[in-house]
Amino acid sequence: MAEAQGGRSLVVDAVTHRYPSGALAVENINLDIKGGEIIALLGPSGCGKTTLLRIIAGFIAQTQGRIIIGDDIVDALPPNRRAVGIVFQNYALFPHLSISENVGYGLAARGVDKATRQREAQRLLELVQLPTMAERLPRQLSGGQQQRVALARALAIKPSILLLDEPFAALDKNLRLDMQIEVKRLQRVSGITTLIVTHDQEEALSMADRVAVLSHGKLEQFGSPSDVYDRPQTLFVNTFVGSTNRMPGIVVSADRTAAKVRLDAGAEIIARPAAGALTEGGRVTVCIRPEHLQFVGDETGFAGVVGMSLPLGATVVHEVTTADGSGVKISQARIGETRALESGAAVRLAPLAPSLANAFPATL
Amino acid sequence: MGTAPASRDVTSYGMGLAAPLALFFLLFFVAPLLQLFWLSLHNDTAGLHWGLGQYLHFLTDPFSLSVLGSTLLLGAEVTAVCLVLGFPIAWLYQRVGPKLQTVIILIVLLPLLTSVVVRTFAWIVILGRQGIINATLQSLGIIDTPLKLLYTQFGVVIALAQVQMPLMTLPLITALGRIDPNLDDASCSLGAGSWRTFFRVVLPLSLPGVIAGCTLTYAAAITAFITQSLVGGGQMLFMPMYLYQQASTLQNWPFASAISIIFLLAVLAVVSVFTTLGRLSRGYGGA
Ligand SMILES: Nc1ncnc2c1ncn2[C@@H]1O[C@H](COP(=O)(O)OP(=O)(O)O)[C@@H](O)[C@H]1O
Ligand SMILES: [Mg+2]
Repeated sequence: MAEAQGGRSLVVDAVTHRYPSGALAVENINLDIKGGEIIALLGPSGCGKTTLLRIIAGFIAQTQGRIIIGDDIVDALPPNRRAVGIVFQNYALFPHLSISENVGYGLAARGVDKATRQREAQRLLELVQLPTMAERLPRQLSGGQQQRVALARALAIKPSILLLDEPFAALDKNLRLDMQIEVKRLQRVSGITTLIVTHDQEEALSMADRVAVLSHGKLEQFGSPSDVYDRPQTLFVNTFVGSTNRMPGIVVSADRTAAKVRLDAGAEIIARPAAGALTEGGRVTVCIRPEHLQFVGDETGFAGVVGMSLPLGATVVHEVTTADGSGVKISQARIGETRALESGAAVRLAPLAPSLANAFPATL
Repeated sequence: MGTAPASRDVTSYGMGLAAPLALFFLLFFVAPLLQLFWLSLHNDTAGLHWGLGQYLHFLTDPFSLSVLGSTLLLGAEVTAVCLVLGFPIAWLYQRVGPKLQTVIILIVLLPLLTSVVVRTFAWIVILGRQGIINATLQSLGIIDTPLKLLYTQFGVVIALAQVQMPLMTLPLITALGRIDPNLDDASCSLGAGSWRTFFRVVLPLSLPGVIAGCTLTYAAAITAFITQSLVGGGQMLFMPMYLYQQASTLQNWPFASAISIIFLLAVLAVVSVFTTLGRLSRGYGGA
C-alpha cells in the first residue's frame, strides 16, 4: 500500500480539452500548485471546472497538455492508479454497502485484509466525527453526514491529491459553513494538496490559499484571495468575485500605475490600470466596490440622488442614481447611529482611495 | 347533508374504480381456476368419485415427475442463457451514444414485433437437418453429416432464449440506467479496476433488474407451449404439452386439471423465491 503522500505538488501544464462534440471546455490552463495547498477553482456554471477536475483525476484524457503530480507525468495512468481522491457533489456513496464498507472500499481494492480495513475505517470515521455510524447504510445518514463519509472514503486511500467537486452545493447554509471548516481542518491535519471546485466566491475566498478564476474555459486569474478580490486582473474577475459598480468613462491621462478617468457620471477620478497600461482617450470601465465608495462633502466626487436604502445587518447599502442615469451602490458599516439618508437626497460620492478603483479597457 | 364524514379517507373511493377489473379477474381467472381445482379432486373422468387420486398418481408416477423436472430445468437453462447474453447488451446500452442506443433498443424489441409462431418457424429453418447452420457447416467442410439440432434440448433452449430475450434485457436496461454513473467513477478513483467495479458495484446494484428479468423469462419460458412443442418435436415433452395431451387427446380432464394445479404451484414456488430475493435486494435500488 502506498504510504501517506500528503503534500505532493500538482502542475496543470497548458491543458486544453475539446469534447468530441466540438465544445472547447478548457483552453490552455496553467496551474502550478504547491504541495499542501488548498486551491479553489472558481467560475460560473459551464466554465469548465468539472472538466478540468476530471482531467486531473484521469476520467478524461485531455486533448493537449500535461498533468504532473509530484515528479510524475500521470497522463498515461488510468484513474485507479493515480491515487487521486475525489468527493463528488452528490457524494456517490455506494448505496448497498455499509458506511464502514464504503470507507474501506479503496483499501479492499488494494488487497488490505478485512480486520485492518475495519480498523482504518473506524479511525477515519472518528476523524470526520461519525464514530457510531459504521454499520449504517448511506441512506440512513443526513446529507452532511454522507458528505463526511465521502470525505473519509477519499482520505482512506491516502491520496496524493484530494479533489472536491462543488462539495457543499447541496447543503444548507449553516451546514455548509460547518463542512467548510471541517474540510479545512482535515486538510490542515493531513496536509493533502486539495483542489475545491466551486461557483460560490465566498467559499473560494474563505477556504483557499489561492483561487483560480475560470471563465469560458480560460484561466482569468490565479492568486491569493486578497489578490483576486483587491487586485483583479480582468473585468470578469472584478465583477464575478464580490459585487462591484461598473462605471463607464474615458481616459484623460495615464501612466503605468495610475490613470485619470473622466466618468460618464460626472467627476474625474484617479484609478488603477488593472489590466496593464491604458491609452489616453480610450474608453474604460471603472470598477469600484460598494464598500470602497464614500460620501464626500466637497466637489471632488460625482453627484447622485439617493434612491433606496437597504439595512443589511452590519452594513447599510444605499442605491444612488448618478447624473448619467446609471445606478451605483454604496455600502457603509453601521457604526452606532448611522445618519439616515432620505430618499431623494442629493449626495456626492468618491472612491476611498485610487488603488480601490480598477480601470479596464472597455470591451464592446 | 353535504358534508362528508370527517373520518373519510380522500383516497378510499379508489377501490371502487378497481371493481370492473376485479370482476373481470373473478369471472375469467378465479372462477375457471376454482373449477379446475374442483375437477382435479375427482378420481375418475366421469367425475363421480371424489379424492386426491389424480395428485397421488402424478406424484408417484416417475414419467410425470420427469416431465415436471425437465420443464423446470428448461426454464432455468433459458433464464441462464438470457441472463448471460442479455447483461452485456444492457451494459453496452448504457455506455454508447444515443444513436447506437436506438439501434440496440430496436434489436432488443424486434422479437416482440413478430409473432411467436413466425419466429419459431424461423428457428426450425435455422436448426433443421438442411437448415442454415448445417448447410453452412457442411459447405465449409467442418462436418460431414448434419448435426441434430432440431428436436433437442439445445435447440429448444436456444429458440426460447431468443424468443424471451426482451423480457430479460428490458428490466436490465432499466436497472442499469438507474445506477448513478458517478459510482463507477468513485469506485475507479478509489483504485478498483473494471472487474472489481463490476462485481462489487454494478452487479449488486442491478440485482433488482436481474431478478425481475429472471422471473419474467422463467415464467414465460416454461409455459411457452408453441416454441416448446414445435422446436422440441415429439421427443421432448414439457408440462404445457403434457397437459394439453391429457385434456385434449385423452379427454382425462381431472388428471389434466391436477397437472395444471401442480404446475401452477411449482411456478409460483419458483417465482416467489425470485421475489423474495428481489425484496431482499430492493434496498440496493434507488439512491
Ligand atoms: N460530456 C460532454 N460532452 C460535451 N460537452 C460537454 C461535456 N461535459 C461538459 N461539456 C461542456 O463543456 C463545458 C464545461 O462543462 P463543465 O466542465 O461541466 O463546467 P462546470 O463544471 O464549470 O459547470 C460546458 O460548456 C459543457 O456544455
Ligand atoms: Mg460542474
